Amino acid sequence: MSSLSRSDVANLARLARIDMSDEELDHLATEMDVILGAVARVQEVATPEIAPTSHPIPIHNVTRPDVVVASLSPQAALSGAPAQEDARFRVPQILGEEA
Amino acid sequence: MSLTYEDVIAKYEPVLGLEVHVELNTNSKMFCGCSTVFGGEPNTQTCPVCLGMPGALPVVNEKAIESSILIGLALNCSITPFSRFSRKNYFYPDMPKNFQISQYDEPICVNGYLDVEIDTDDGVKKFRVEIERVHMEEDTGKSLHVGGATGRIHGADYSLLDYNRAGIPLVEIVTKIVPGTGRYAPEVAKAYVAQLRDILRSLGVSDVRMEQGSLRCDANVSLRLIGAEKLGTRSETKNVNSLRSVERAVRGEMIRHAELLNKGERVVQETRHFQEDTGLTRSGRSKEQAEDYRYFPEPDLVPVAPDAAWIEKLRASLPEHPSVRRNRLQEQWGVPDKEMAAMLNADALEIVEATVLLGADPTRARGWWLGEISRIANEKNVAIADLAISPKDVAEIVALVATGDLTDKLARQVVEGVINAEGSPQEVINSRGLKVVSDETALMAAIERAIAAQPETAEKIRNGHIPAAGALIGAVMKETKGQADAARVRELLLGHLGQPTN
Ligand SMILES: [Zn+2]
Repeated sequence: MSSLSRSDVANLARLARIDMSDEELDHLATEMDVILGAVARVQEVATPEIAPTSHPIPIHNVTRPDVVVASLSPQAALSGAPAQEDARFRVPQILGEEA
Repeated sequence: MSLTYEDVIAKYEPVLGLEVHVELNTNSKMFCGCSTVFGGEPNTQTCPVCLGMPGALPVVNEKAIESSILIGLALNCSITPFSRFSRKNYFYPDMPKNFQISQYDEPICVNGYLDVEIDTDDGVKKFRVEIERVHMEEDTGKSLHVGGATGRIHGADYSLLDYNRAGIPLVEIVTKIVPGTGRYAPEVAKAYVAQLRDILRSLGVSDVRMEQGSLRCDANVSLRLIGAEKLGTRSETKNVNSLRSVERAVRGEMIRHAELLNKGERVVQETRHFQEDTGLTRSGRSKEQAEDYRYFPEPDLVPVAPDAAWIEKLRASLPEHPSVRRNRLQEQWGVPDKEMAAMLNADALEIVEATVLLGADPTRARGWWLGEISRIANEKNVAIADLAISPKDVAEIVALVATGDLTDKLARQVVEGVINAEGSPQEVINSRGLKVVSDETALMAAIERAIAAQPETAEKIRNGHIPAAGALIGAVMKETKGQADAARVRELLLGHLGQPTN
């Protein structure tokens, strides 16, 4: 039976880059634990004969042929960007990590 | 104090792991219909799917799946009957979605191998590189860092993103750890990438141009004391953009690790960036803390479940495997093992074959590419394929030597001229005035002059001392500026002095 501690929630928030107050963490830790508990009930009925469901509809191999279709114009592509420069998306300083 | 390579391998055993990313050469992207053409104006190849707009739905490119299965089959992998895509979540603006669609616990191909052959001190030896997985994913956009001195991310004020490359189909081929290569680890790494490249090229699934990034290799290296069980800490060298660099990077990392370990320091688990100019690596991102990408199944894509009929249809379309082709050519051309290994090491098989297909004798073609042309390439520190001499030029030169229009010596000058961009072989011959002196009257006159100049030598030859002929032949060759056929001069000279000419 899995359970979610307050520090698990804090770590998830950090990974998702969501700033959370202490009160929010307390609140969410309890709430998410209840949600997990509900989901965990499914595991009780799972048996080796039942393959895990990855998609609610049992279909596979939905593909498209390798054919080029028209792209957006760069103006349209950039139209929702908060900032742009030289037909590129301008993003704030990226700190730390190097690709 | 720096260690030699011999010091390193006397004490440590290297363990390799290689990850190769291949850009597929499909016309459209992995999950949308945007064009994959290289070099377009920024952000002209994007759409709601590859820009990660809310509500846009990805659909897998069928050809990308087929290419991935072909790669798996050529690498002796099992094709998994059921594979899924996952989201790899990370915060970096090179993917507008804030995740990359990849495959995680259910890749499309698993458990293959690739055998590579290395020329060792004990003859040609086979090493098996086991493949852990082949999986599909998508490439990322290109960032331009503005501000700061070097265009690098550190010190930059902001960055500019072009998403033309975001969503280009990528296949990642990951080996299991490769122990047991000992001193040959750098060569095995290079041979593996070279052979993988040849396979991918023969499959026609990628342009496999390392210098343009359509084939990229990350080399993981660790050392352990010889006889030890436990693996050492590994470093992961990125940015390795040529076959030669793969070899240099592995050798360089082995020495760097050994120096640290000998000093009692520890190897830091991190990304290293290979630097082409120095052959050294510089420190990149630390990997001491396992990254948490929070992989989860991609809910917008359905599983890929290739059935046996589809797989068998693809298997039937596989071209001749490069290793089979190599064996066939070796046999056809009658190449000894050692020289075959040298030809592969020089990456000359394709170019020699192209020359032979243009009518050149295989041994001659091989001789030129691995001899004079390789020598010049080494001098210039480039690959033979980058020199301005083509298989057609070499085939022409071989033909001119065969007909007696060129001597080997003159032919070397022609090769040099073609490489110096002086034109085609015939143009070089014309402009440099390289022509075999085959006018026998002129040759006889030169021979008589040589005899007159060295009467005692001529007398020795008349008395049956054949080795003395060398001096006179040399004099004739000198007088004709090397443009005579030395064998013919010898024949004429010996005949003239009453000696057998064979
Ligand atoms: Zn697109």
